Amino acid sequence: MSARSASPTIANATGRASARQAAASVVDPEIRVITIDELGILRAVDEDPASGRVTVTITPTYTGCPAMDVIRADIRRALAAAGHPDAEVRTVYSPPWSTDWISEGGRAKLAAAGIAPPAPVGTAGVVSLTLAVRCPQCGSPETEQVSRFGSTACKALWRCRSCSEPFDHLKAL
Amino acid sequence: MNGPFDFTLSLADDALIAAQRLAEWTTRAPEMEEDIALANIALDQLGAARLLLSYAGELEGAGRDEDALAYLRDDREFRNVLLVELPNDDFAVTMAKLFFLAAYQLPLYTALAGCADERLAAIGAKARKESAYHLDHGALWVKRLGDGTEESHRRMQAAVDQVWPYTHELFVADPAAPVDPATLRPAFDEVVGPVLAEATLTQPGGAWAPAGGRAGVHTEHLAYLLAEMQVLHRAHPGAKW
Repeated sequence: MSARSASPTIANATGRASARQAAASVVDPEIRVITIDELGILRAVDEDPASGRVTVTITPTYTGCPAMDVIRADIRRALAAAGHPDAEVRTVYSPPWSTDWISEGGRAKLAAAGIAPPAPVGTAGVVSLTLAVRCPQCGSPETEQVSRFGSTACKALWRCRSCSEPFDHLKAL
Repeated sequence: MNGPFDFTLSLADDALIAAQRLAEWTTRAPEMEEDIALANIALDQLGAARLLLSYAGELEGAGRDEDALAYLRDDREFRNVLLVELPNDDFAVTMAKLFFLAAYQLPLYTALAGCADERLAAIGAKARKESAYHLDHGALWVKRLGDGTEESHRRMQAAVDQVWPYTHELFVADPAAPVDPATLRPAFDEVVGPVLAEATLTQPGGAWAPAGGRAGVHTEHLAYLLAEMQVLHRAHPGAKW
Protein backbone atom coordinates (compact mmCIF):
# COMPACT_ATOMS: atom_id res chain seq x y z
CA MET A 1 0.00 0.00 0.00
CA SER A 2 3.05 2.27 -0.03
CA ALA A 3 3.09 5.21 -2.39
CA ARG A 4 5.75 3.73 -4.62
CA SER A 5 3.53 0.83 -5.65
CA ALA A 6 1.42 3.33 -7.56
CA SER A 7 3.56 2.68 -10.61
CA PRO A 8 2.32 -0.30 -12.65
CA THR A 9 5.81 -1.12 -13.91
CA ILE A 10 7.53 -1.88 -10.61
CA ALA A 11 9.25 -5.24 -10.84
CA ASN A 12 11.32 -7.23 -8.43
CA ALA A 13 14.75 -8.67 -9.06
CA THR A 14 13.42 -11.51 -11.17
CA GLY A 15 11.57 -9.16 -13.42
CA ARG A 16 8.12 -10.10 -12.21
CA ALA A 17 5.65 -7.43 -11.28
CA SER A 18 5.03 -7.06 -7.58
CA ALA A 19 2.66 -9.71 -6.26
CA ARG A 20 1.32 -7.30 -3.72
CA GLN A 21 0.55 -4.76 -6.40
CA ALA A 22 -1.11 -7.31 -8.64
CA ALA A 23 -3.38 -8.56 -5.87
CA ALA A 24 -4.15 -5.04 -4.70
CA SER A 25 -5.30 -4.00 -8.16
CA VAL A 26 -8.14 -6.53 -8.28
CA VAL A 27 -11.47 -4.72 -8.22
CA ASP A 28 -14.46 -5.83 -6.21
CA PRO A 29 -16.75 -7.66 -8.66
CA GLU A 30 -19.91 -6.17 -7.15
CA ILE A 31 -18.65 -2.62 -6.57
CA ARG A 32 -16.38 -2.21 -9.54
CA VAL A 33 -15.07 1.25 -8.66
CA ILE A 34 -13.06 0.06 -5.67
CA THR A 35 -10.21 -2.42 -5.30
CA ILE A 36 -10.14 -5.24 -2.78
CA ASP A 37 -7.23 -3.43 -1.14
CA GLU A 38 -9.22 -0.22 -0.72
CA LEU A 39 -12.18 -2.24 0.55
CA GLY A 40 -9.97 -3.73 3.25
CA ILE A 41 -10.61 -7.38 2.40
CA LEU A 42 -7.05 -7.97 1.16
CA ARG A 43 -5.27 -8.92 4.37
CA ALA A 44 -1.81 -10.06 3.28
CA VAL A 45 0.34 -11.02 0.31
CA ASP A 46 3.25 -13.28 1.15
CA GLU A 47 5.91 -14.64 -1.15
CA ASP A 48 7.82 -17.72 -0.11
CA PRO A 49 11.50 -16.75 -0.39
CA ALA A 50 12.56 -20.23 -1.42
CA SER A 51 9.90 -21.30 -3.89
CA GLY A 52 8.65 -17.86 -4.84
CA ARG A 53 5.10 -19.11 -4.38
CA VAL A 54 2.64 -16.36 -3.49
CA THR A 55 -0.04 -16.72 -0.84
CA VAL A 56 -2.80 -14.11 -0.77
CA THR A 57 -4.96 -13.80 2.33
CA ILE A 58 -8.43 -12.29 2.07
CA THR A 59 -11.45 -11.98 4.35
CA PRO A 60 -15.11 -11.71 3.33
CA THR A 61 -17.24 -8.65 4.03
CA TYR A 62 -20.23 -10.83 4.93
CA THR A 63 -20.10 -14.56 5.68
CA GLY A 64 -22.38 -15.32 2.77
CA CYS A 65 -20.81 -12.91 0.31
CA PRO A 66 -21.40 -14.61 -3.07
CA ALA A 67 -18.58 -12.64 -4.71
CA MET A 68 -15.82 -14.53 -2.91
CA ASP A 69 -15.34 -17.19 -5.59
CA VAL A 70 -15.05 -14.54 -8.28
CA ILE A 71 -12.62 -12.54 -6.14
CA ARG A 72 -10.44 -15.63 -5.62
CA ALA A 73 -10.44 -16.34 -9.35
CA ASP A 74 -9.66 -12.70 -10.19
CA ILE A 75 -6.73 -12.67 -7.75
CA ARG A 76 -5.29 -15.85 -9.25
CA ARG A 77 -5.71 -14.42 -12.73
CA ALA A 78 -4.07 -11.09 -11.80
CA LEU A 79 -1.14 -12.88 -10.17
CA ALA A 80 -0.71 -15.23 -13.10
CA ALA A 81 -0.54 -12.22 -15.39
CA ALA A 82 2.13 -10.76 -13.09
CA GLY A 83 4.25 -13.88 -13.29
CA HIS A 84 2.93 -15.88 -10.34
CA PRO A 85 0.99 -18.73 -11.95
CA ASP A 86 0.52 -20.92 -8.87
CA ALA A 87 -0.68 -18.40 -6.29
CA GLU A 88 -2.71 -19.68 -3.39
CA VAL A 89 -5.65 -17.68 -2.03
CA ARG A 90 -6.49 -18.22 1.64
CA THR A 91 -9.65 -16.99 3.31
CA VAL A 92 -9.62 -15.96 6.97
CA TYR A 93 -12.52 -14.88 9.17
CA SER A 94 -10.71 -13.43 12.15
CA PRO A 95 -10.51 -10.58 12.88
CA PRO A 96 -13.87 -9.93 11.24
CA TRP A 97 -13.99 -7.33 8.47
CA SER A 98 -15.18 -3.89 9.44
CA THR A 99 -16.21 -1.00 7.22
CA ASP A 100 -13.60 0.96 9.21
CA TRP A 101 -11.02 -0.87 7.08
CA ILE A 102 -12.15 0.89 3.91
CA SER A 103 -9.42 3.35 2.98
CA GLU A 104 -9.99 7.10 2.62
CA GLY A 105 -9.37 6.76 -1.10
CA GLY A 106 -11.90 3.94 -1.23
CA ARG A 107 -14.51 6.04 0.54
CA ALA A 108 -14.02 8.86 -1.93
CA LYS A 109 -14.42 6.45 -4.85
CA LEU A 110 -17.62 5.02 -3.36
CA ALA A 111 -19.08 8.49 -2.92
CA ALA A 112 -18.09 9.46 -6.46
CA ALA A 113 -19.90 6.37 -7.74
CA GLY A 114 -23.08 7.34 -5.92
CA ILE A 115 -22.66 4.94 -3.01
CA ALA A 116 -22.79 6.67 0.37
CA PRO A 117 -19.78 5.45 2.37
CA PRO A 118 -20.32 4.06 5.87
CA ALA A 119 -19.89 6.08 9.04
CA PRO A 120 -17.10 4.97 11.39
CA VAL A 121 -18.06 2.02 13.56
CA GLY A 122 -15.42 2.63 16.20
CA THR A 123 -14.29 0.03 18.64
CA ALA A 124 -17.67 -1.09 19.95
CA GLY A 125 -18.37 -3.08 16.82
CA VAL A 126 -22.08 -2.71 17.33
CA VAL A 127 -24.06 -0.91 14.71
CA SER A 128 -25.50 2.50 15.46
CA LEU A 129 -28.61 2.91 13.41
CA THR A 130 -29.39 6.58 13.85
CA LEU A 131 -26.47 8.17 12.02
CA ALA A 132 -27.33 10.67 9.30
CA VAL A 133 -26.33 9.51 5.83
CA ARG A 134 -25.50 12.19 3.29
CA CYS A 135 -26.92 11.89 -0.21
CA PRO A 136 -24.00 11.10 -2.54
CA GLN A 137 -25.76 12.98 -5.36
CA CYS A 138 -26.52 16.36 -3.77
CA GLY A 139 -24.87 16.14 -0.34
CA SER A 140 -28.08 16.71 1.58
CA PRO A 141 -28.33 15.12 5.03
CA GLU A 142 -32.12 14.92 4.54
CA THR A 143 -32.19 11.24 3.67
CA GLU A 144 -34.21 8.24 4.72
CA GLN A 145 -33.70 4.52 4.66
CA VAL A 146 -35.95 2.63 2.28
CA SER A 147 -34.63 -0.79 3.20
CA ARG A 148 -31.96 -2.04 5.56
CA PHE A 149 -30.93 -4.50 2.86
CA GLY A 150 -29.93 -3.52 -0.66
CA SER A 151 -28.58 -4.76 -3.95
CA THR A 152 -25.70 -6.64 -2.30
CA ALA A 153 -25.15 -8.04 1.19
CA CYS A 154 -23.06 -5.04 2.22
CA LYS A 155 -25.44 -2.29 1.10
CA ALA A 156 -28.69 -0.69 2.24
CA LEU A 157 -31.16 1.20 0.07
CA TRP A 158 -31.68 4.90 0.86
CA ARG A 159 -33.52 7.83 -0.65
CA CYS A 160 -32.76 11.55 -0.58
CA ARG A 161 -35.64 13.77 0.52
CA SER A 162 -33.99 16.82 -1.05
CA CYS A 163 -33.28 15.57 -4.57
CA SER A 164 -35.57 12.50 -4.45
CA GLU A 165 -32.83 10.24 -5.83
CA PRO A 166 -32.50 6.72 -4.45
CA PHE A 167 -28.97 5.61 -3.61
CA ASP A 168 -26.97 2.74 -2.12
CA HIS A 169 -25.38 3.08 1.29
CA LEU A 170 -22.58 0.79 2.40
CA LYS A 171 -23.75 -0.37 5.82
CA ALA A 172 -21.46 0.28 8.76
CA LEU A 173 -20.34 -3.11 10.04
CA MET B 1 -25.99 -33.42 23.11
CA ASN B 2 -22.32 -33.66 23.77
CA GLY B 3 -18.99 -32.65 22.35
CA PRO B 4 -17.88 -29.85 20.06
CA PHE B 5 -19.01 -31.70 16.90
CA ASP B 6 -22.63 -32.01 18.00
CA PHE B 7 -22.68 -28.45 19.26
CA THR B 8 -21.22 -27.02 16.06
CA LEU B 9 -23.50 -29.16 13.91
CA SER B 10 -26.59 -28.02 15.81
CA LEU B 11 -25.74 -24.33 15.24
CA ALA B 12 -24.92 -25.04 11.60
CA ASP B 13 -28.24 -26.78 11.06
CA ASP B 14 -30.17 -23.93 12.70
CA ALA B 15 -28.57 -21.49 10.26
CA LEU B 16 -28.90 -23.77 7.23
CA ILE B 17 -32.57 -24.59 7.70
CA ALA B 18 -33.40 -20.97 8.56
CA ALA B 19 -31.67 -19.92 5.33
CA GLN B 20 -33.60 -22.44 3.25
CA ARG B 21 -36.94 -21.39 4.75
CA LEU B 22 -36.26 -17.68 4.32
CA ALA B 23 -35.18 -18.22 0.72
CA GLU B 24 -38.70 -19.48 -0.01
CA TRP B 25 -39.83 -15.85 0.19
CA THR B 26 -37.65 -14.86 -2.74
CA THR B 27 -39.91 -13.41 -5.46
CA ARG B 28 -42.89 -13.83 -3.10
CA ALA B 29 -42.38 -11.17 -0.42
CA PRO B 30 -45.07 -8.51 0.03
CA GLU B 31 -42.84 -5.77 -1.36
CA MET B 32 -39.62 -5.50 -3.35
CA GLU B 33 -37.51 -4.14 -0.47
CA GLU B 34 -38.66 -6.96 1.79
CA ASP B 35 -37.90 -9.52 -0.89
CA ILE B 36 -34.33 -8.26 -1.01
CA ALA B 37 -34.07 -8.06 2.77
CA LEU B 38 -35.19 -11.64 3.34
CA ALA B 39 -32.87 -12.93 0.62
CA ASN B 40 -30.02 -11.00 2.25
CA ILE B 41 -30.75 -12.45 5.66
CA ALA B 42 -31.02 -15.92 4.15
CA LEU B 43 -27.62 -15.38 2.56
CA ASP B 44 -26.11 -14.37 5.92
CA GLN B 45 -27.53 -17.51 7.52
CA LEU B 46 -26.20 -19.63 4.68
CA GLY B 47 -22.78 -18.04 5.07
CA ALA B 48 -22.68 -18.86 8.78
CA ALA B 49 -24.01 -22.36 8.05
CA ARG B 50 -21.23 -23.06 5.56
CA LEU B 51 -18.51 -22.02 8.02
CA LEU B 52 -20.06 -24.05 10.81
CA LEU B 53 -20.67 -27.12 8.65
CA SER B 54 -17.10 -27.07 7.35
CA TYR B 55 -15.78 -26.85 10.88
CA ALA B 56 -18.14 -29.60 12.09
CA GLY B 57 -16.83 -31.81 9.31
CA GLU B 58 -13.25 -31.20 10.45
CA LEU B 59 -14.15 -31.91 14.08
CA GLU B 60 -15.80 -35.16 13.10
CA GLY B 61 -12.73 -36.20 11.11
CA ALA B 62 -14.67 -38.62 8.92
CA GLY B 63 -14.02 -36.82 5.67
CA ARG B 64 -17.39 -35.13 5.38
CA ASP B 65 -17.28 -31.61 3.97
CA GLU B 66 -19.98 -28.93 4.06
CA ASP B 67 -21.75 -30.39 1.03
CA ALA B 68 -21.79 -33.92 2.43
CA LEU B 69 -23.26 -32.65 5.69
CA ALA B 70 -25.83 -30.40 4.02
CA TYR B 71 -26.96 -32.65 1.20
CA LEU B 72 -26.36 -36.23 2.24
CA ARG B 73 -27.99 -36.46 5.65
CA ASP B 74 -31.60 -37.46 6.25
CA ASP B 75 -33.98 -35.60 8.53
CA ARG B 76 -33.22 -37.74 11.58
CA GLU B 77 -29.56 -36.70 11.32
CA PHE B 78 -30.32 -32.98 11.39
CA ARG B 79 -29.88 -31.23 14.75
CA ASN B 80 -31.68 -27.93 14.18
CA VAL B 81 -34.36 -26.68 16.54
CA LEU B 82 -37.97 -27.09 15.42
CA LEU B 83 -38.42 -23.31 15.29
CA VAL B 84 -36.44 -22.90 12.07
CA GLU B 85 -38.17 -25.72 10.17
CA LEU B 86 -41.73 -24.49 10.82
CA PRO B 87 -43.45 -23.39 7.59
CA ASN B 88 -43.32 -19.69 6.74
CA ASP B 89 -47.08 -19.48 6.85
CA ASP B 90 -48.40 -15.92 7.29
CA PHE B 91 -45.83 -13.13 6.82
CA ALA B 92 -46.32 -12.31 10.52
CA VAL B 93 -45.31 -15.87 11.41
CA THR B 94 -42.12 -15.51 9.38
CA MET B 95 -41.36 -12.25 11.19
CA ALA B 96 -42.01 -13.83 14.59
CA LYS B 97 -39.62 -16.67 13.73
CA LEU B 98 -37.02 -14.25 12.37
CA PHE B 99 -37.23 -12.02 15.43
CA PHE B 100 -37.03 -14.83 18.00
CA LEU B 101 -34.19 -16.58 16.17
CA ALA B 102 -32.16 -13.36 15.91
CA ALA B 103 -32.81 -12.55 19.57
CA TYR B 104 -31.19 -15.94 20.34
CA GLN B 105 -28.42 -15.90 17.73
CA LEU B 106 -27.10 -12.45 18.63
CA PRO B 107 -26.21 -13.31 22.26
CA LEU B 108 -25.16 -16.80 21.11
CA TYR B 109 -22.65 -15.52 18.56
CA THR B 110 -21.51 -12.81 20.97
CA ALA B 111 -20.78 -15.46 23.61
CA LEU B 112 -19.17 -17.67 20.99
CA ALA B 113 -16.83 -14.81 20.03
CA GLY B 114 -15.35 -15.02 23.52
CA CYS B 115 -15.17 -18.80 23.83
CA ALA B 116 -11.96 -20.82 24.03
CA ASP B 117 -12.38 -22.51 20.64
CA GLU B 118 -10.62 -20.20 18.17
CA ARG B 119 -12.56 -21.29 15.11
CA LEU B 120 -15.94 -20.91 16.80
CA ALA B 121 -14.81 -17.57 18.23
CA ALA B 122 -13.93 -16.29 14.75
CA ILE B 123 -17.28 -17.43 13.34
CA GLY B 124 -19.12 -15.87 16.28
CA ALA B 125 -17.33 -12.54 15.93
CA LYS B 126 -18.23 -12.42 12.26
CA ALA B 127 -21.83 -13.62 12.50
CA ARG B 128 -22.88 -11.46 15.43
CA LYS B 129 -22.49 -8.30 13.36
CA GLU B 130 -24.92 -9.72 10.83
CA SER B 131 -27.29 -10.95 13.53
CA ALA B 132 -27.59 -7.39 14.86
CA TYR B 133 -29.13 -6.40 11.52
CA HIS B 134 -31.46 -9.41 11.51
CA LEU B 135 -32.68 -8.60 15.00
CA ASP B 136 -33.30 -5.00 14.08
CA HIS B 137 -35.22 -5.99 10.97
CA GLY B 138 -37.38 -8.54 12.78
CA ALA B 139 -38.08 -6.15 15.66
CA LEU B 140 -39.13 -3.39 13.25
CA TRP B 141 -41.72 -5.64 11.62
CA VAL B 142 -43.01 -7.02 14.91
CA LYS B 143 -43.56 -3.44 16.09
CA ARG B 144 -44.97 -2.23 12.80
CA LEU B 145 -47.48 -5.06 12.55
CA GLY B 146 -48.26 -5.34 16.26
CA ASP B 147 -48.86 -1.62 16.66
CA GLY B 148 -50.40 -1.22 13.22
CA THR B 149 -53.97 -1.85 12.13
CA GLU B 150 -56.48 -3.99 13.95
CA GLU B 151 -55.94 -6.76 11.41
CA SER B 152 -52.13 -6.61 11.46
CA HIS B 153 -52.20 -6.63 15.28
CA ARG B 154 -54.46 -9.66 15.31
CA ARG B 155 -52.22 -11.57 12.93
CA MET B 156 -48.97 -10.57 14.65
CA GLN B 157 -50.35 -11.67 18.03
CA ALA B 158 -51.53 -14.94 16.51
CA ALA B 159 -48.06 -15.45 15.04
CA VAL B 160 -46.31 -14.78 18.35
CA ASP B 161 -48.71 -17.17 20.12
CA GLN B 162 -48.10 -19.84 17.49
CA VAL B 163 -44.31 -19.60 17.45
CA TRP B 164 -43.55 -18.81 21.10
CA PRO B 165 -43.67 -22.40 22.45
CA TYR B 166 -40.89 -23.34 20.02
CA THR B 167 -38.50 -20.73 21.46
CA HIS B 168 -37.94 -22.75 24.63
CA GLU B 169 -35.98 -25.42 22.77
CA LEU B 170 -33.33 -22.81 21.97
CA PHE B 171 -32.35 -22.64 25.63
CA VAL B 172 -32.26 -26.27 26.68
CA ALA B 173 -29.26 -26.55 29.00
CA ASP B 174 -26.06 -28.15 27.75
CA PRO B 175 -23.42 -27.38 30.39
CA ALA B 176 -20.70 -29.24 28.47
CA ALA B 177 -21.09 -27.11 25.32
CA PRO B 178 -18.66 -24.27 24.51
CA VAL B 179 -21.61 -21.96 25.20
CA ASP B 180 -24.41 -23.33 27.38
CA PRO B 181 -27.64 -22.25 25.64
CA ALA B 182 -29.37 -21.90 29.02
CA THR B 183 -27.14 -18.92 29.80
CA LEU B 184 -28.52 -17.02 26.79
CA ARG B 185 -32.09 -16.85 28.04
CA PRO B 186 -31.75 -13.61 30.06
CA ALA B 187 -30.36 -11.72 27.04
CA PHE B 188 -33.20 -13.08 24.90
CA ASP B 189 -35.86 -12.04 27.41
CA GLU B 190 -34.28 -8.61 27.76
CA VAL B 191 -34.67 -7.96 24.03
CA VAL B 192 -37.97 -9.69 23.39
CA GLY B 193 -39.98 -8.32 26.32
CA PRO B 194 -39.66 -4.60 25.49
CA VAL B 195 -40.20 -5.14 21.75
CA LEU B 196 -43.42 -7.09 22.34
CA ALA B 197 -44.55 -4.43 24.82
CA GLU B 198 -43.87 -1.62 22.37
CA ALA B 199 -45.70 -3.60 19.71
CA THR B 200 -48.71 -3.77 22.09
CA LEU B 201 -48.44 -7.55 21.98
CA THR B 202 -48.91 -9.95 24.85
CA GLN B 203 -46.01 -12.25 25.66
CA PRO B 204 -47.47 -15.76 25.79
CA GLY B 205 -47.26 -17.87 28.92
CA GLY B 206 -47.88 -21.56 29.07
CA ALA B 207 -45.59 -24.46 29.69
CA TRP B 208 -45.89 -26.25 26.35
CA ALA B 209 -42.36 -26.49 24.99
CA PRO B 210 -42.16 -28.75 21.96
CA ALA B 211 -38.61 -30.03 21.39
CA GLY B 212 -36.70 -32.89 19.88
CA GLY B 213 -34.87 -31.19 17.04
CA ARG B 214 -31.52 -31.35 18.81
CA ALA B 215 -31.98 -35.13 19.05
CA GLY B 216 -33.04 -35.48 15.43
CA VAL B 217 -36.74 -35.85 16.14
CA HIS B 218 -38.40 -33.32 13.87
CA THR B 219 -41.79 -32.13 12.72
CA GLU B 220 -43.21 -33.50 9.50
CA HIS B 221 -42.13 -30.28 7.76
CA LEU B 222 -38.38 -30.88 7.74
CA ALA B 223 -38.31 -33.84 5.37
CA TYR B 224 -40.17 -31.85 2.69
CA LEU B 225 -37.76 -28.96 3.09
CA LEU B 226 -34.78 -31.30 2.77
CA ALA B 227 -36.26 -33.01 -0.28
CA GLU B 228 -36.30 -29.69 -2.10
CA MET B 229 -32.92 -28.56 -0.77
CA GLN B 230 -31.12 -31.81 -1.53
CA VAL B 231 -32.74 -33.03 -4.74
CA LEU B 232 -30.20 -31.54 -7.14
CA HIS B 233 -27.16 -32.76 -5.27
CA ARG B 234 -28.59 -36.23 -4.83
CA ALA B 235 -29.62 -36.49 -8.47
CA HIS B 236 -26.25 -35.20 -9.66
CA PRO B 237 -23.68 -36.03 -6.97
CA GLY B 238 -20.81 -33.57 -6.95
CA ALA B 239 -22.57 -31.15 -9.28
CA LYS B 240 -20.98 -27.70 -9.29
CA TRP B 241 -22.19 -24.34 -10.57
